[in-house]
Amino acid sequence: MDTHAHDRRRFLTLTAAAAAAPLLTACGAGFGGDDQQGDGSAADDVTGSFDWKREQGTTVKALLNKHPYTDALVADLKAFTEQTGIKVEYDVFPEDNYFDKLTVDLSSGRASYDVFMLGAYMVWQYGPPGWLEDLGPWMSNSSATDGDWDQGDFFPNLLQADQWSLKAGAPLGQGGQYALPWGWETNVVAYNTEVFGKLGLKPAETFDELRELASAIKKKAPGAGYDGMYGIAVRGSRSWATIHPGFMTMYARNGLRDFTVDGGKLTPAMNTPQAVAFTEDWAGMVKQGGPPSWTSYSWYQCSSDLGAKKAGMLFDADTAAYFQAVEGASPASGRIAFHPGPKGPDGSLATNMWIWSLGMNAKSKKKSAGWLFLQWATGKEHLRRSAVTHNHIDPVRKSVSQDAAYKDKMRKLPGFLETFETVVDQTRIQFTPQAQFFDATTSWAAALQEIYGGQGAKSVLDDLAGDLADKVD
Amino acid sequence: MGLRLALRPYVLIVPALLLTCGILYPFGLGLYYTLFDFSASKPQPDMVGFENYRTVFTQEAFWNSAWVTVLYAVGAAAVETVLGVAVALLLHRSSVVGRILEKILILPLMIAPVIAAIIWKLMLQPSVGVVNHLLEPVGLGGVQWTDTPTGALLSSIAVDVWVYTPFVAILALAGLRSLPTSPFEAAAVDGAGWWYTFRRLTLPMLWPYVLVAVIFRFMDSLKVFDIIYALTEGGPGDSTVVLQIRAYLEAIRFQRYSFGISYTIVLWAVVYLAAMVLVRHLGKIQRRAAEVTR
Repeated sequence: MDTHAHDRRRFLTLTAAAAAAPLLTACGAGFGGDDQQGDGSAADDVTGSFDWKREQGTTVKALLNKHPYTDALVADLKAFTEQTGIKVEYDVFPEDNYFDKLTVDLSSGRASYDVFMLGAYMVWQYGPPGWLEDLGPWMSNSSATDGDWDQGDFFPNLLQADQWSLKAGAPLGQGGQYALPWGWETNVVAYNTEVFGKLGLKPAETFDELRELASAIKKKAPGAGYDGMYGIAVRGSRSWATIHPGFMTMYARNGLRDFTVDGGKLTPAMNTPQAVAFTEDWAGMVKQGGPPSWTSYSWYQCSSDLGAKKAGMLFDADTAAYFQAVEGASPASGRIAFHPGPKGPDGSLATNMWIWSLGMNAKSKKKSAGWLFLQWATGKEHLRRSAVTHNHIDPVRKSVSQDAAYKDKMRKLPGFLETFETVVDQTRIQFTPQAQFFDATTSWAAALQEIYGGQGAKSVLDDLAGDLADKVD
Repeated sequence: MGLRLALRPYVLIVPALLLTCGILYPFGLGLYYTLFDFSASKPQPDMVGFENYRTVFTQEAFWNSAWVTVLYAVGAAAVETVLGVAVALLLHRSSVVGRILEKILILPLMIAPVIAAIIWKLMLQPSVGVVNHLLEPVGLGGVQWTDTPTGALLSSIAVDVWVYTPFVAILALAGLRSLPTSPFEAAAVDGAGWWYTFRRLTLPMLWPYVLVAVIFRFMDSLKVFDIIYALTEGGPGDSTVVLQIRAYLEAIRFQRYSFGISYTIVLWAVVYLAAMVLVRHLGKIQRRAAEVTR
């Protein structure tokens, strides 16, 4: 009796305790990374004249994120297989856990996927450990790359955004090309034209005007028949993704930086007096004119609220508004217009961006076939088809952005083309490249929530800067 | 024949041995990794001894997370226990309604906690959520449930309570149904009231079952990740960043593997110690319950 009771107790203790360690299993992949890169590139092995059928019969595995751009790609894969004889097997994961899946897969050192989607910010995390293939040698090898691929047709700021020397603080556009731009999103203001018309409002040209506008809509719109409408939808969840769209765009337009770089040393700059004042104003704008329960707001809630006529404006990715604006998509369809958003004090329209890029696993055993896939997916023909017949709406290629059929399609959305053309040259990554990007921006989002909750902006941002100074050192 | 007989005991323990190795290998490997500075930016790490643990214990973020974790675990386990036992006592009275409710009660347990958290996140949404809509007639329609540190923690505990109270209720109900009837019959003959019978008979005999439920719920709540991550992602600020979320962020999101695993090892030690204390206490309670039935 005693023995059994004792065994049962021990079993309970051990079971309860052992169950605490699931993360250990997830991390049990071994010291899988390898920072020893070979001198030569696999691209050097490709010789002779270029041939799309060079890897006929090969199967390439792709990891994709669930996105309308992905839908356009998947719908066109048959054309790729017909052109090359290469079959593409793919897995699609929702964005919430896509990057965790990709990170774990790449860090394991295996080649489960030959090619994958990633953001330009991920280059800063995946590049230094040597997980990404440098595509530069492939691009410059005429045996491996089709002469019609036309590197010069990409918007230069997009191509440069995926190019980095892997040194913290070093500007983008130098070093290896670790991914290719495939689809992107620029952060601008979208607004409900019906509400603006009824209340006699016009889009804000300065940040002060934007704050006043957001507050005015929240006060007046419910009385004008828009029950529960607030002024402006911006992201607020405790995630890195809260910082990069509207917040970073307005921050950059005010001439502010996340870090200063001096002699290769990074110093956090989000606690300078100007940055503190701006952050206080941003939190104030959200309080006066933002959504209730803002601290849980991701792009999804922001976008949905614009479509559901709960938000008068949205300061986020243009795609987040586009998918609410197209005919029949939401109650606000046909009543959403686009505007570049407020200018900075010096008239700056510096805009931050998100780039869905395509990269190749450095451990892939099928790099030649993978490169053919990347070329095709970022090529003129596929991207034009995706833009015209699907919803690949922000072209990474100049030729597609000037295509008559594309322009006809996008002209139906008031202000979209004008906004795109106004900000495209000033849209670039406004963050300082460094490997601790996700830690820095997650902590920044948490700090923003604390300021929104009433804590002093200066002390919160001083703490943030102090914490980050040690991490990026 | 003799050899087969001699080998049989060893063959029989093979599954248990494999299971043990399957648990201990990643655990041991994780423990080993914490002695290095293994991260994405340092894939060929150096041995740093106990430096990761020193850093964990000197970080303000760790103590904040430890405090939030304890608050969450104690709060959730306490409310679930009280509610679970109360529900079990109500269902113990045999009736048609009781039998129907018994079946309905287990429904939340069939929903994955992360799904439950997402459903509650939508229901607690201030402008379109059903909770504020229902509270509007009594003047409480404007509550922003997860926007303040206290509100976010209480909302997370509330979701945990919604999902797991049935678990406690079912364990307590099973306990109630297995209690011997003779002490209750004797008490009835002696004219003992409901409260006296509950305090002197039901509760002491039920305690071992309740404590088993408490052990499971407290251990589980210390390890919580899904409910809080889906509901608040640890916010606002750091107010709901429990130890598991901190470990996830460090090891997976920020790719500081060794440091993230150190958090998990510390959490494992906390859970182990708590389990040891509670299980030891369970033995005493069991002996006391046995004395009541004599």
